[in-house]
This record gives sequence, structure tokens and C-alpha cells, in this order.
Amino acid sequence: MTPLQSVPLAVAIPVAIFVVLGSTLTLIGALGFARLTSFYDRLHAPTLATSWGTGGIIIASSLMFSFIEGRAIIHEFVIGLCIVVTTPITLMMLGRAALQRDRAEKSPALPPEMLTRPKRKDRPQD
Amino acid sequence: MSETILTIALAYAQIALALAGCLAGTRILRGPRAQDRVLGLDALYVSVMLLFLVTGMQLGTAFFFEAAMVISIMGFVSSVALAKFLFRGEVIE
Amino acid sequence: MMRLVPHPVLLGSLIVMWLMLTRFSLGYLILGTVLAVIASWAYNALHPVKPPIRRWRVILRLAATLIRDIIQSNIHITWLLLTERRGTRRSAFLQIPLEVRNENALALLAIILTATPGTAWLEYGSDSGILCLHIFDGGQADHYRRMIDQVYEPMLMEIFE
Repeated sequence: MTPLQSVPLAVAIPVAIFVVLGSTLTLIGALGFARLTSFYDRLHAPTLATSWGTGGIIIASSLMFSFIEGRAIIHEFVIGLCIVVTTPITLMMLGRAALQRDRAEKSPALPPEMLTRPKRKDRPQD
Repeated sequence: MSETILTIALAYAQIALALAGCLAGTRILRGPRAQDRVLGLDALYVSVMLLFLVTGMQLGTAFFFEAAMVISIMGFVSSVALAKFLFRGEVIE
Repeated sequence: MMRLVPHPVLLGSLIVMWLMLTRFSLGYLILGTVLAVIASWAYNALHPVKPPIRRWRVILRLAATLIRDIIQSNIHITWLLLTERRGTRRSAFLQIPLEVRNENALALLAIILTATPGTAWLEYGSDSGILCLHIFDGGQADHYRRMIDQVYEPMLMEIFE
């Protein structure tokens, strides 16, 4: 008996739904990533994969292994946590690097008010 | 019955994630700028990590989980290092 | 007690993570506790400042709002990506002056904004207090402005300040 056969139907259906949901969202994100024209637009596409793309697949994996092994298996959520905490750092640093490089070249991708670091006018100096 | 559903869903997920990885790969090759390539590498890491998790589910073993975990951590470290390089490496002083 | 356990929240979450990665048993609990105590000493040596968390109840409310927002914006961005060819979408840069100064609150805000598809954090000037965002759907600029000003910022102020 293979591991997949031992999963009851009531568990197999939500697992299948979550897997299909997660992989479809990742694929749509990647399609957008390949098709969008500006870098700042493309910065948004991977967040689709790292939010519900990852979420769907780790929920499905943890549900399925919990039933196969007969005990709660939640170690997948550590990956989820890792992705949730680390992706913002990568994207923030890439965004800042791109902004700085575009500013150094006065790139037309940036609107005029973004070409210099913004200063707050309505606040007194402290 | 449940095996058929799971087999189809997991096969679909594997194809979709592999396609997603290929699309990220085309972005790495096409660029046009360095930050696009780094972002593409990050997207490639995430889709391959998910592909490992799905393959582990299909084979019913938990061994792929460790590999996925290592990929997610290494991907983060390499992307941050590359982003930091872009931030510092080409500054016009 | 405080010298033995300088960061109780960190210690607790490290033990939970250790148990999640292995399995729940007494042996792993003891091993995980020992490792977590050593790790929290190491963390204390590196970064002795404790983030002051005032209200734990607000964190739950924040998490609930965040999950709802992530689901909503996932649907929204997926729809936009699928209908991309029609060319009606314009992305935009947003500059938002922030009141929050606490660095932990800002870090949490960065995670929130990046985890929500559709907003990307570009830059924050700690001298000016202005946050630069890139939003995928420029038509929703007012929505995002309102969301940060009236929903997330007050909650973060309540938690950390």
C-alpha cells in the first residue's frame, strides 16, 4: 500500500485543493514576473508565490503527512515562517538597490519627485 | 479514489511549479538589469523549494522537507548578499 | 530569573520551533530548552535591548487584519495579473509620512507591507520619517494610504509605543 492510498478521501480533497491553489498562484506570479515590463512592477510578482503560494502548499503538506504518520506534523510551518520573515528583507534591499541605481543614472523609470530623497517640509527641525 | 485525486493534483502542481521555475529562469537570462536577475534568482529559489515539498508529498517521504528548508535559507542568504552588492557595488561617489 | 532568561518570548518561540522540527517528547523538550537558553544568552550578548511590547491583545487583532488583507490582495493582484493585457493598470510610487519611530514597529510594518501582495517597500528615511512605497495598482493609492495611516500605524503605535 503506497502512502498516497492511506489518505482518506475527506483529507485528500482539501489537500488537493490547497496544492492546486498554491501552485496555481505561484505559476500566475511567475507568469506576471516574466511578462511585466518595469522592474518595480516585477517586484510585486514574487509576493504572490511567497504568501499564498507557499501557504497553500505547506498547509497541504502538513495535513497529508499528519494523516500518513498519525501524529501532528507541523514542521512545514517553520519553512512558512522562514519565508514570511526573509522575503521582505530581500525585496526591501533589492528595491532600495534598484532605487539607488536608478537615481544615480537619473533613469526615466522614476517619476521626478522620486529622483531625490524626500524631505519632510511640515516638521520643524529637531 | 483518494489516490487518483492526489496523483492528479500533485502532478499538476509539479508541472505548474516547474513552469514557474522556467519562467523565473528566462527572467534571469533576459535581465535586462542586474536587479531583475537577482529577483529572478529569488523567484527561482522559491519555486524550486515548493517543487521539493510537492515531490516529497508525492513520494510520501519527509526527506525532501530538509532539502526544502536548506534551499529556503540558502536562497535568502544569497539574495541578500547579491542585493547588498548591488547596493554598494556600483555607487557613483 | 531575568539573568537566566533574558528574553522569555524568544526562548519560548525557540523551544516551540525545536519541537516542531523534531517531535514532541520529553527528551527533545529538555534538549530544546537547553539549546534555547544558550541561544538566548548569545542573543543577549549581541543585542541587549528588549523590544517593549505593551499590548499583547492588539497583536492578535493585527494578525487577523493582516490575514484578511493578504487574502484580499492576493485575489486582487491575481486578477490584475491575469487581465494585464488590457493595459488599464498603472502602478505608482507613494510617499507616506509616518509617525512611528520605533525600529521594531517599522520592521513589523515592512514585513506586513511586503507580505501583502501589491505593495513594495522601497525606502524609509529615518531623518525625514517618509516611507516610499511602490504600489502595483495606482488606482488604489488612497486605499493604501488610508490602510497604513488608519489601520496599521495606530495598531503598531499601540503595541510598541
